[in-house]
Amino acid sequence: MTTSTLERPATKAAPRAARPMRSERRAMPVYYLILIALAVFAIGPMIALLFNAFKNNAEIGANPLSPPTSLSLSNFTEAWTRGDFATTMLNSAILCLGSVVGTCFVAGLAAYALSHLNVRGGNGVVAYLFLSSALPVQLFVVPLFFMWTNLGLTDTRPGLILIYIATDAPFAALLLRSFLLKIPHDFTEAARLDGASDWQIAWRVVLPLAWPGLLTVALIVGLWSWNEFFWAITFIHDPELRPISTSFMAFQDQYSTDWGLTSAAAIFMLGPVVLLFLLLQRKFVAGLTSGGIK
Amino acid sequence: MIAPSVTTMDTAPTGGRPKSRGSKRAWLFLSPLLILNGLVVLGPALATVYYAFTDWSGLGPATFIGFDNFTRAFADPAVHDALWHNVIWFVLFGSIPTAMGLLGAYLLSQVKRFQVLFRALYFIPYVVASVVNAAVWKMLLSPTSGIGHAMGIDHAWLGDPDTSLLSVNFVVDWHWWGFLAVVYLAAMQGVDPELYDAAKMDGANRWQQFTSVTLPGIRPTVVFLSLMTVIWTLKAFDYIFIMTGGGPAGSSEVVSTLMYKQAFNEYEAGYAAALGLTMTVIIGFVLAGYQYLKRKGWEE
Repeated sequence: MTTSTLERPATKAAPRAARPMRSERRAMPVYYLILIALAVFAIGPMIALLFNAFKNNAEIGANPLSPPTSLSLSNFTEAWTRGDFATTMLNSAILCLGSVVGTCFVAGLAAYALSHLNVRGGNGVVAYLFLSSALPVQLFVVPLFFMWTNLGLTDTRPGLILIYIATDAPFAALLLRSFLLKIPHDFTEAARLDGASDWQIAWRVVLPLAWPGLLTVALIVGLWSWNEFFWAITFIHDPELRPISTSFMAFQDQYSTDWGLTSAAAIFMLGPVVLLFLLLQRKFVAGLTSGGIK
Repeated sequence: MIAPSVTTMDTAPTGGRPKSRGSKRAWLFLSPLLILNGLVVLGPALATVYYAFTDWSGLGPATFIGFDNFTRAFADPAVHDALWHNVIWFVLFGSIPTAMGLLGAYLLSQVKRFQVLFRALYFIPYVVASVVNAAVWKMLLSPTSGIGHAMGIDHAWLGDPDTSLLSVNFVVDWHWWGFLAVVYLAAMQGVDPELYDAAKMDGANRWQQFTSVTLPGIRPTVVFLSLMTVIWTLKAFDYIFIMTGGGPAGSSEVVSTLMYKQAFNEYEAGYAAALGLTMTVIIGFVLAGYQYLKRKGWEE
């Protein structure tokens, strides 16, 4: 995943004979052309969205894909107030924070047990964690909804946070466990010989070494919670409590023909994610490709 | 690298401590996760198994009716259509993103400059929320403001029953292939470069190198992701629900959206449970088949 491994094949091939090198060089422009075409395909729609956020509807109808002629921010200010993004972004921030902290705590404890303690049946737990993250939500959504209704947990933020923690924790525990397995047992054994309890070892020895893993888990769980749609639309109906994903969808339905306005609203939801991704690209990629089973 | 949880299942180290110490304590550390997961996932999942055999609106009491829900599902034309749409979805979703992902990954593995930049750009649609991606493409596929409009084709891609399913599938493929490209790239970087040198020595051209060195080298990843494609196909929900709601006239309905409507719009929770259980059983067969093939050494 790191850049050093990325460059390995290239440097190895460098001292090779001249013939294959020359054919490689001839192919390079074609390769870059295709790579650029793929990049335009991937990112082009986002660019069009950004353009349209600055245009009014007449301009979009006339030139749907061209850059804006002026940098008018009126779509943004109007979308912000009409869609009540101040409230929904705060709701989403609370959901993210709650599920990140909760998942790190719950999954961290489990990962510590599965990597540094003797658990009889530990392999069974690992298998269960894998299977439960492969289960389709359709298998448990219906009884869960009616149970949550009976418990008064629908239409509450804690109710939704609990679901996020419960469904994200198996993946998080597996990922953290793979990080913790790299911490030598000598470290924990030494602490144990000094008379430290399991709790102290987890807190004082393992946790400080597990930060990179926890950070990866936090980023991914945060991303999932921010983007999450299925649970939110099923369990939250009160407009005051709605997260940004479902409120954005309602906003888009309401102003379905006002593409400038809905594009600006989409930027509110997409902006933080893309910025954070560009800053912490490597961590996102490493974590998400290992968690792609979800 | 995407399958560590499957392949490392049996490698938990067993420390040097006496066995009696810590096992109970360890379960204490595991309990918050297991209790919460049991409450939200396992408990309701088992309840679904029961409700699948009942007539239940979701609110009142459930009456046991044996296999009635399943016989009803077998005869239900809406289920047949939805299953057929899942099959179409599987064929497209299983082939297009894979081909594009392999192409992108292979080219990336061959170039030296801007590799990290391209990788990031390909990956971005995958990290953007489904509601946002759906909104972007609703705009781009709209007859009044989209790509078609710019080119003079005012076709309502999502509103026409002939193109609705294909259009949503296209959007899902679009957001998905870059993720596959990154996963495949990581797998390709694990292939021993000396194998390429040997192939070149034997006079293999690029396509031969790709089919005889690259593909066999990343086979475990390809097999695993193909397996997951079956599961993801059955789970396909978000984009369909957001972009077409299964319409128009059921033309883009799949089993998961049909199930959702049965449960929350039609108050047929028992019937919905039966559909959900059927989906899960199919997924179970796929996973079992994968484990069987792996044991037989197909993966290695």
